[in-house]
Amino acid sequence: MSTRNMSPVKVDMPSQEPLIRAKNFKEVTHGYTEEMALEEAARCLQCKHKPCIQGCPVNVQIPDFIRLILERDYQAANEKILETNVLPAVCGRVCPQENQCEKYCVRGIKGESVAIGRLERFVADYVRDNTELKPEKYKMNGNKVAVVGSGPAGLSCAGDLARMGYEVTMYESLPEGGGVLVYGIPEFRLPNHIVRHEVRQLRAKGVVLERNMVVGRSITIDELFDKHGFEAVFVGSGAGLPVFLGIPGENAVGVYSANEYLTRSNLMRAYDSRYDTPIRHSKNVAVVGGGNVAMDSARTALRLGGENVHIVYRRSFDEMPARSEEVHHAQEEGVIFENLTNPIAVKMGQQGEVIGLTCIRMELGEPDDSGRRRPVPVPGSEFDIDVDTVVIAVGTNPNPLIKSTTKGLEVTDWGGIVTDESGATSRPGIFAGGDAVTGAATVISAAGAGKVAAAAIDKYIQEKNA
Amino acid sequence: MYRIVRKEKLNANVTRMSIDAPHVAVHANVGQFIMFRVYEFGERVPLTIAGVDREAGTVDIIFQTIGKSTRLLAEKEAGDTIYGFVGPLGQPSELEGYDRALVIGGGVGTAIAFPSAVKLNRLGTKVDVIAGFKNKDIVFLEDEFRAASENLYVMTDDGSYGEEGFVTNKLKQLLDAGEKYDLVVAIGPIPMMKAVVAMTKEKEMKTLVSLNPIMVDGTGMCGGCRVQIGGQTKFACVDGPEFDGFMVDFDDLARRNRSYLSEEEDRDHACRLQIAAEQFDHDDPVQNKE
Ligand SMILES: Cc1cc2nc3c(=O)[nH]c(=O)nc-3n(C[C@H](O)[C@H](O)[C@H](O)COP(=O)(O)OP(=O)(O)OC[C@H]3O[C@@H](n4cnc5c(N)ncnc54)[C@H](O)[C@@H]3O)c2cc1C
Ligand SMILES: Cc1cc2nc3c(=O)[nH]c(=O)nc-3n(C[C@H](O)[C@H](O)[C@H](O)COP(=O)(O)OP(=O)(O)OC[C@H]3O[C@@H](n4cnc5c(N)ncnc54)[C@H](O)[C@@H]3O)c2cc1C
Ligand code: SF4
Ligand code: SF4
Ligand code: FES
Repeated sequence: MSTRNMSPVKVDMPSQEPLIRAKNFKEVTHGYTEEMALEEAARCLQCKHKPCIQGCPVNVQIPDFIRLILERDYQAANEKILETNVLPAVCGRVCPQENQCEKYCVRGIKGESVAIGRLERFVADYVRDNTELKPEKYKMNGNKVAVVGSGPAGLSCAGDLARMGYEVTMYESLPEGGGVLVYGIPEFRLPNHIVRHEVRQLRAKGVVLERNMVVGRSITIDELFDKHGFEAVFVGSGAGLPVFLGIPGENAVGVYSANEYLTRSNLMRAYDSRYDTPIRHSKNVAVVGGGNVAMDSARTALRLGGENVHIVYRRSFDEMPARSEEVHHAQEEGVIFENLTNPIAVKMGQQGEVIGLTCIRMELGEPDDSGRRRPVPVPGSEFDIDVDTVVIAVGTNPNPLIKSTTKGLEVTDWGGIVTDESGATSRPGIFAGGDAVTGAATVISAAGAGKVAAAAIDKYIQEKNA
Repeated sequence: MYRIVRKEKLNANVTRMSIDAPHVAVHANVGQFIMFRVYEFGERVPLTIAGVDREAGTVDIIFQTIGKSTRLLAEKEAGDTIYGFVGPLGQPSELEGYDRALVIGGGVGTAIAFPSAVKLNRLGTKVDVIAGFKNKDIVFLEDEFRAASENLYVMTDDGSYGEEGFVTNKLKQLLDAGEKYDLVVAIGPIPMMKAVVAMTKEKEMKTLVSLNPIMVDGTGMCGGCRVQIGGQTKFACVDGPEFDGFMVDFDDLARRNRSYLSEEEDRDHACRLQIAAEQFDHDDPVQNKE
């Protein structure tokens, strides 16, 4: 084993120059080379009590897989990660590591924590690029399970069930599998081919993906049980219903929900001139919100030709829910941050088009329910930002379609499906997980919920048929 | 891939097709729509379900060639396949329980209104139809409408067929003559629907309209199709596309539908501009007649 690396900082990850990458859709970061990965892996102290693991929602065996990197057994490292996380190439790129695994790393006390996410990404990319896909189907046990939605929750539930021998069919309303990973998170942060590889791998192993099938419309959950012989259904339909601000002028031409903006650009590839779906290529854009979705929208706007792209966020950098790496990347690329600022009206021109966004400055007052200090408006501080496009990225809720077409499925007042800790809903045989249950959260928590539900579904079917 | 089973030209710009899509056919109801995609690089475009054969598993669409996507679709032949066909989306129409209904269609809206007339007729409602076209050459579905209605009034802008004038001229005539309907269904260009609603509102005749905002997903995910209904924001793809005409903010809809004019122009200049211009001149009774 190589000697320990006591550098207080992470091995840097190579990336495109900020001002160049801000004009293309290629991936921002290049990932570690083998040498870099070995160097970074050597920073791990292999702590006996493994504190980092408690920070990972699915308990990836972090020191174990890092040790396997040092042993240059990348295949085994990959398998170690896959024991608990089915999407390492994705999670290594998009997990908010600073709030999860890396937050608890002891190296983080006096310096930077071990770059767990980057190492996870390295392993997954290395194995994907250097091994042949073996389309070996799992042995089927003859029991059928349907999965609604092919986002991280659906993919991980389907993957686990297929491995246990279930015949799994995933129903997806969009033309591609992957959920937010393909329609929301942009190419420059998570290249599509990575998600496609995950989906292809599942299909090669026997999982069926039915695209363009809107459950509740093209087929109902009751039909899945009664007509198609499924013994259980997992609902991983996400939280795709956009929230608007309700401010005057919000219906002006040029006001998008982030979902619309990103779907046009990512799923429908509007940024690529070979595709027909149109999108505005604006010079001056305001994006309202401070999460990953807002950062992705702002950085997409830059890449579509934006010159002055503003983030309008009502709190400060400290409260920003986006991954810190994304905020940092957005700053480097030239996104203008209007923090402690709230939009109050969209200004409309003669033709009903956006000609500006009127905002008001905020200051932080007393903490609210979430424990964050509540922003309150500063009287008389209104001002206008000169923009022709506004993107609203202030949140999403679960879509009501499944609930409204499935009798006896209990949901919360904001539309989240009610489940117990195993993912079981109020209707026997129907399980749920991911954003559809929790509201907008993270890739790894959704994938984790899919995994938990897969185990519960297995138990449910075993007991039912015993 | 979805196979085109039948294709028929209704006039130079309007085509009817039957698509092999059993899942859509099984669940489809009047008032709902599908979204098609001709090829991998194509847009998702909404079209109303114009008819269904559940046994054969086919769904009919009737569409006007407007821009690139509808042109590419119109170029396909029976036996060819298209890349995407999703549905049925939206809410079914509520047409039960009416004694006498008036169905008004303008231009390609006539096609969209056609299944409502058929369904009302089947439910035992007495149906009158006003169908408006630019001229004789583009009149379509005449026999089908006649079979489904008590009275069919075909209107052409230039009087080259049926009666001369806009659908609103005929509507005014009927209302002035004291005809009573407990349901009006009006489907066509926005200015037409707006003008119809202005007249039926005076008589407090319940009026359903079908809205056609720009859509991306058709499942409630993008909010691009948001419309103002009685001062509230609704998503036409999940809450509609049919709404109570008295509640609709037509000006907001008209404005939002111009969103991509310049982008679409760049892309598909000649074809679209010409047709859209013709359509707008002729289908706007308010601008053109008064
Ligand atoms: C722009 C953006 C950036 C993000 N960035 C990050 C990040 O950096 N890190 C992170 O951890 N998380 C991020 N997230 C959050 C993360 O992507 C989600 O929490 C996660 O994808 C949820 O997974 P899911 O499987 O529950 O749902 P989704 O990924 O939403 O997948 C649900 C799927 O179900 C389908 N579906 C819905 N209804 C139906 C129906 N009726 N019938 C059939 N199919 C249906 C949908 O089309 C979709 O494909 C981001 C989210 C967005 C929008
Ligand atoms: C629920 C619904 C049902 C519909 N049913 C039918 C139908 O049965 N038959 C039919 O012929 N048409 C129907 N339409 C309209 C049809 O979707 C548009 O004509 C179609 O988008 C044209 O696509 P295109 O690529 O050929 O033209 P494009 O080049 O995309 O557009 C041409 C022009 O139309 C505008 N436009 C784009 N999308 C829409 C839209 N969705 N609605 C209105 N204007 C738009 C553009 O801004 C442009 O000015 C329906 C629309 C909706 C929302
Ligand atoms: S899955 Fe996410 S949280 Fe868990 S170890 Fe990997 S990067 Fe960290
Ligand atoms: S806490 Fe940090 S140093 Fe310790 S085992 Fe985990 S990754 Fe390695
Ligand atoms: S089309 Fe996207 S929400 Fe209606």
